[in-house]
Amino acid sequence: MHTGPEDIDIIARVLNGDHNAYSALVERYQNYVFTISLRYVKAREDAEEVSQDVFVKAYRSLADFKGQSKFSTWLYTITTTTCITFLRKKKLEIHSLDNDKVFEVADSVDSGMRANQIEQKSKVNMVNEAIKMLSADDAQVITLFYKGEQTLEEIAQILGKEPNAVKVQLHRARGRLKEKMQKYFSEEVKDIY
Amino acid sequence: MDNLNDIEVRLWEYIDGLSNESEKSLVERLIAENAEWRSKYHELLEVHQSLNFVELEEPSLRFTKNVMEEIARYQIAPATKTYINSKIIWGIGIFFITMIVGFLVYGFAQIDWTTAGETKNPLGIDLTKVDYSQMFNNNLMNGIMMVNVILGLFLFDRYLSNKNKKLKEA
Repeated sequence: MHTGPEDIDIIARVLNGDHNAYSALVERYQNYVFTISLRYVKAREDAEEVSQDVFVKAYRSLADFKGQSKFSTWLYTITTTTCITFLRKKKLEIHSLDNDKVFEVADSVDSGMRANQIEQKSKVNMVNEAIKMLSADDAQVITLFYKGEQTLEEIAQILGKEPNAVKVQLHRARGRLKEKMQKYFSEEVKDIY
Repeated sequence: MDNLNDIEVRLWEYIDGLSNESEKSLVERLIAENAEWRSKYHELLEVHQSLNFVELEEPSLRFTKNVMEEIARYQIAPATKTYINSKIIWGIGIFFITMIVGFLVYGFAQIDWTTAGETKNPLGIDLTKVDYSQMFNNNLMNGIMMVNVILGLFLFDRYLSNKNKKLKEA
């Protein structure tokens, strides 16, 4: 939740010519947009480039935002499409759970973690590391639901899916996250709980 | 014996607050009375609580400044509605429907129904007795084509004037 003026009021100011007011929206949502981008593009530099592109696109299309949904929902829709376009352009590999390579990645992360004495990792880091092992789609749906303050209906709107399909996807994503945590962070899980 | 997957689905709905009242009380009762449900509930609740601890990633400190510098080079585009007139869309639609109907009528008029032989007409209408020359003649065809040409010119004119208007605004 945020404090300060409502998104719609800031948007009205920007549309009335106060372009600097847009910085309030950037500051409010930059972490959300950056995190979602990072779920897709993995490298921080690329995620920052994509996030910047998202805010520029949102600014240029601001007159099209009618307030029928939350500004964040509209912004995350732009984020998703921008990430997909970026990946297509870069022809980067999206790790999928169906892809055997994800297990190689997970194993390499696991090895690195062990070498770095993972017992020092906090609960937050552990969950973050486990999320990174998920596919982009799973990681995104979890991020939107838990951190993006989006309902299932809003996530469905962002992803262009039916709410029921999103509900199933969220259930499965959490199931896969649980498996990752149990498989790669079993000792930390025991220590924490 | 409850299916494990079904238990998880129902427990997630309960944890997310998506269950209705009757389902909620049923799940609560199952958690209280059934060891399998209770164990699974605590397992899922731990995952749920862990996810609430996840922190968002932060971009570089210059991020906002970079965005503001970037947007200074652009202008907010006019709302889509202002440059896509729904009347134009309707006009294009009517134009193509008229064309399709015109061609269909013309095509049917060219068919020699007498070669259809003995096959039974599913519509129950003897099409061989329909006098197409009365309803579809050269004058009618010319009329349809004329309307289409006028509509096409009208749409082309609208397209050009809108394009001109957009250029002036930019």
